[in-house]
Amino acid sequence: MSEVMIVAKRIENHEVGPVQELKGRELKELSVYSVADALRYFSGVQVKDYGGVGGLKTVNIRSLGTNHTGVFLNGIQLGNAQNGQIDLGRFSMDNMEALQMYNGQKSSALQTAKDFASASAIYMRTRKPYFIGAEKGYRCNVGMKVGSFDTYNPTLIWEQRLSDKVSAMLSAEYMTTSGKYPFSYAKKNGYDTTEVRKNGDVMSLRIETMLAGEMQGGEWCGQLYFYDSERGFPGASVREEPGKFRHQDRQWDTSVFAQCSWQKRFTKRYQLMFNGKVAWDYLHYLSDPNLDITTMYTDNEYRQTEAYLSVSHQFGITPWLKASLANDVQYNYLDANLTNFVYPWRWTVLSALAMNVEWKGLTAQASLLHTWVKDEASKVGSVGLHKSVFTPSVVVAYKAMDDKRGMLNIRAFYKRIFRMPTFNDLYYTFIGNKALKPEYTTQYNIGLNYNRTMGQGWLRRLEWQTDAYFNLVEDKIVAMPTSNQFRWTMMNFGLCHIWGVETSLKASWQIKRVGVGTSLTYTFNRAMDKTDRRSEFYGGQLPYIPWHAFSAIVSAEYRGWRLNYSFIYTGERYESSANIPENYSQPWYTSDLGLSKQFRIKKVALRFSVEVCNIFNQQYEVVQCYPIPGTNFKTKLNVEI
Amino acid sequence: MKKRVYILLLGICMVWTGCRTDAEDIIPSQDEEVSTGNSAQTTESIKGFYLLNEGNMGSNKCTLDFYDATTGIYTRNIYAEVNPSVVKELGDVGNDLQVYDGKLWAVVNCSHFVEVMDAGTAEHITQISIPNCRYICFDGEYAYVSSYAGPVQIDPNARLGYVAKIDIKTLQVVDTCTVGYQPDELVVSDGRIYVANSGGYRVPNYDRTVSVIDIASFRVVETIDVAINLHRMEVDKRGYVWVSSRGDYYGRGSKTFVIDTKGNEVCDSFEVANSEMTISGDSLYIIGSEWSYVSNSWRVTYKIIDTEKRHVVSENFIADGTGSRIRMPYGVAVNRYAGEFYITDAGNYVSPGTLYCFSLDGVLKWSVRTGDIPAHFAFVSTPWHKPNKEVKIEE
Repeated sequence: MSEVMIVAKRIENHEVGPVQELKGRELKELSVYSVADALRYFSGVQVKDYGGVGGLKTVNIRSLGTNHTGVFLNGIQLGNAQNGQIDLGRFSMDNMEALQMYNGQKSSALQTAKDFASASAIYMRTRKPYFIGAEKGYRCNVGMKVGSFDTYNPTLIWEQRLSDKVSAMLSAEYMTTSGKYPFSYAKKNGYDTTEVRKNGDVMSLRIETMLAGEMQGGEWCGQLYFYDSERGFPGASVREEPGKFRHQDRQWDTSVFAQCSWQKRFTKRYQLMFNGKVAWDYLHYLSDPNLDITTMYTDNEYRQTEAYLSVSHQFGITPWLKASLANDVQYNYLDANLTNFVYPWRWTVLSALAMNVEWKGLTAQASLLHTWVKDEASKVGSVGLHKSVFTPSVVVAYKAMDDKRGMLNIRAFYKRIFRMPTFNDLYYTFIGNKALKPEYTTQYNIGLNYNRTMGQGWLRRLEWQTDAYFNLVEDKIVAMPTSNQFRWTMMNFGLCHIWGVETSLKASWQIKRVGVGTSLTYTFNRAMDKTDRRSEFYGGQLPYIPWHAFSAIVSAEYRGWRLNYSFIYTGERYESSANIPENYSQPWYTSDLGLSKQFRIKKVALRFSVEVCNIFNQQYEVVQCYPIPGTNFKTKLNVEI
Repeated sequence: MKKRVYILLLGICMVWTGCRTDAEDIIPSQDEEVSTGNSAQTTESIKGFYLLNEGNMGSNKCTLDFYDATTGIYTRNIYAEVNPSVVKELGDVGNDLQVYDGKLWAVVNCSHFVEVMDAGTAEHITQISIPNCRYICFDGEYAYVSSYAGPVQIDPNARLGYVAKIDIKTLQVVDTCTVGYQPDELVVSDGRIYVANSGGYRVPNYDRTVSVIDIASFRVVETIDVAINLHRMEVDKRGYVWVSSRGDYYGRGSKTFVIDTKGNEVCDSFEVANSEMTISGDSLYIIGSEWSYVSNSWRVTYKIIDTEKRHVVSENFIADGTGSRIRMPYGVAVNRYAGEFYITDAGNYVSPGTLYCFSLDGVLKWSVRTGDIPAHFAFVSTPWHKPNKEVKIEE
C-alpha cells in the first residue's frame, strides 16, 4: 500500500520569495505537541513559549514582533481583533498536513488581499477529504495519545465520499492534561530548588467538519470549526514561600467559525476565487480571591465577532504576464464587561492589485495594497481611528542556472506594511490609547535557493536556501508605564533595526535500504533597539532575540520503521534591551527522539510511536520566570480503516 | 588537511562557547565610584543609604543597591551575592524599605512577604508572610504592614484590606486590624496609625478615606474622608499627616492634603500633583508625575511645600534643567546633613533606572545606573559591608 493515501492536491505555484515548508511524514514524525513547537524548526522564527501544554505560544518572525505575523488556516486568516495574538499552542498536529512560512508574502497570482497584508505569514493546511478513483466510500482514523503531565488525547477523523465530486470529513479531538511538571532553578555555590508547576491544567475539545468538492476547472471547500477549552494559569515563577499561595487564575475559551472558499477557472485567461468567514470568540477570565487570597478579584468576559468576505480575480494578459485584483471586507466587534468600555467595532477594506511576470528566467510580483480602516463605537467621541494607506511590495527571482548541476535562483524582495493597533491597544480600560498610529515595518531581503536531484548514489536530493535581510520597525507600539507600576498605557514609541542572515539545508539520502532525511537551519539575528538615543542601552539587542539559533532534524526510515531525531539550539539572549548580566539568559538546546512503525493487519493500517522530548532534561526558560518542562514522554497509536 | 583541522577546531570552539553552564553564576554586585566621598561627614549620623529597586511585576527582579557616602561608591545588586542560598533572590516587586532596630525591612509585594535583613550586611534573617503586602511603619516594639488581602466578603470585589502588627523581637505577626479598601502607605502620629486607603481594585468606586488605628487597642477608632485613591503619607514635625491622592487618571487630578491629627480632619489641601514625597525639616519635597488618559500625556512637577507656613516655596526644585533628562521620576529622598537630595528615574520600567544626586540648590552632582524601577530609600548610620565569610582552615 502507499504510505500516505491522501495525496495533497494543490496547484503548485512557483514561489518567488523565501518560503519554508514542513509537510507529510516529516511533519507528522516531529516530536511536538502543537503547531508552535513545529515552527521552531524554521529559520528566522522565534517562538515565545510560556511553558507546558497550556502555556501561550506565539511566533515572532525575523524579530518584527508577533502582531506582524499573519496566521492562515486553509487559506483564510485567523483573526484576533482584541489583542492580535494567535495562540499556536492550541492548533493540534492531529489533522495538520502542511505548515508553510513566508517572509514578505505569498506570491501566487490568485490570492486574497489579506495574503498581501502582513509582514510575514504562516499557513496551516489541514487534511482534506479526498478519494481517488475506485476507492471505497469512507475512511476512518482513530488515535490515542498518552503522555507525560497526565496527558490523554483521543482523536477521530472520519472521511466520507458523498459522490464522485464531493467528500465530507469530521475531525474531533479531546485533550486533557494536568500540566504538572517539576522544574529546577540552581545557582553555582548557591541555592538549588525543585518545584512543581501547578494550575497548568488544560481541557480542550475540538470538532471540525469539512465539505469539499470539485467542479469543472475549479474546487470548493466549506469548513465548520468548534473549539472549547478550560485552562489554569500557573503564573510567573517568582520568589514565594513554597506552597503557601496557589495561583488559581482560570480561563475559558470558546471559538466557533465557519469558512468557505470557492475558485474556478472560467477561461484560459480568467480565474475567480471567493473566500468568506464568520467567527465568534468568547473568553472568560477569572481570578478569585476566595481561591487565592493574594489576588485581585477579576471576572472578565470578552466576546468577539468577525465577518469576512474576499473576492479575487486573475487575468492572464499575455502568457508571461498576469494581473490580479483582490478585494476583502472585514468587520470586527468586541464586547467586554470592563468599566468604561467603549464597545468598538472596526471596518477594514483591503484592495490589492498585483502583476505577476514570468519571462524566461525571471519571475516577479509587484503589488500595491490599499487599506482602509475605520473604528466606531457606541460611546460617541471615544474612538478616532480612521486610516487610508497604500503600501507596496516587490518580489523578484532570477533563475541563474537550471541544468544537470541543479537549479539556482537568485531572489530579492522589498515590502512595506503596517499593523493596526488592536482593540486592546486602543480601548482597553486603563491601558488603551486611542491616539495610537499604525506600526510600520519595512523589509529588504536578498537571497538564493539551490536544489538538485540525483538519480543514484547516497545523496538523492539537496535543497539549500540562504537569505540576508534588513528590517525596520517604526512607530512600534509598546506598553509604557504611566505614573506607577500598576497603570500602563500603549504608545508609538519604538524604533528597531534588524539585520539577519538565515540559511537552511535539506537533503535526502538513500543508504542501501535505509532512507535518510536531514534538515538543518541556522539564523543570525542582530535586532537593535534604536528607540531612545539618550539611553545607555541604545542599540541593545531586543528582548528574547538570540544572536544565533540552530535546528536539525535527522530521520531514518527502514521497512515502515522510522527514527526521528530533532535538535533545537537557541543561543544567548537578554530579557531586556538593556544587555547587562542581570538580564542575561543562557543558551538552551533540546534533543527529541521519536520512533514509529507503520504496518498493516489485513485491511487495517496501524501506526505506533514513542517519543522522548528534552532527553537531557535541560531546565530552561524561553520567557523569564516561565519554566519549560524537562524530559517528557508520549506514545501514540493510530488505527485507520 | 591543515585547513580541515582548523575548521574542526573552529567548530569545536563555537560549540563550546555556545553551551550553557549547568548552574548559572550568582550575579555579582558591581561597584561604581560616583563621587569622591566625604570623610568629614562621618561625624554626622547618615553614612549612606540602601535603595530598593522594585523590578517589573512578574520578573522577580527586585534588587537592593547601596550608596556609601563616606567613600562615594555606589554598589549595585548586593542581595544575591550576600545571600546565595536564598531561593530566587529578593523576589518580585519591592514596594517599601525601612531601617529599624538594626534591621533592614523590605516589603516585597508580589512575593507576599516582608524580608528582614541585617542592616549592616543585608544578610537574610527571615521572611514574614503577609499576602499582597504594601508598606511598613514602626512604633516601639512593633512593625505595622498594610496589606490588600483582607478577609474575602460575599462580594469578592468589596474586600477590605488590613494592617498586620509584627513583634520586632519574635518577627511574627501578632495581630491584624481590618481597615479600608486596598490600604497603601501608613504613618504613626501621636499614638495612632494613619492608613491611606486607595480602593484601587474597585475602579471607579475608589476608597476616599484614611483609617485611624489606636495603637494601644489596635482597633480603628476613626475614619477620615479625604479624597479618592489615596496613596502616600508623611508626618511633619508638628504631627500633621500629609497624604496624597492619585486622582482617577481621567478628569480628577492628583492632589495633596493635610490632616490635623488633633481633630482628625482635613485642614488643608493643595492642587499639587503628588506621586511621591519626602519630608526634610519643614520642606516637603513632592514629585508629581501625573498621567492623564484624557490627554494621553504626562505632566511632571517638582515642588516644595513649606509645612509650617503651608505654601509652595519652590515650583521646580531641580534648578539646572536636568529634569528634561528624567523620563519617569519615581523616588525622592533628602539628606540634609550632606546637603543633597536624590531623585530616581524609572525610565521605561523594563530596563535599569537612574539615580540622580543634586545639591540642595537643585544642581546635579552625579548620577548612576540602578536596578529596574529604583524607588525606595533607607538611610543608615553605618555603611553596608560584606559579611565576613567563615574561612575554614584545614589542619
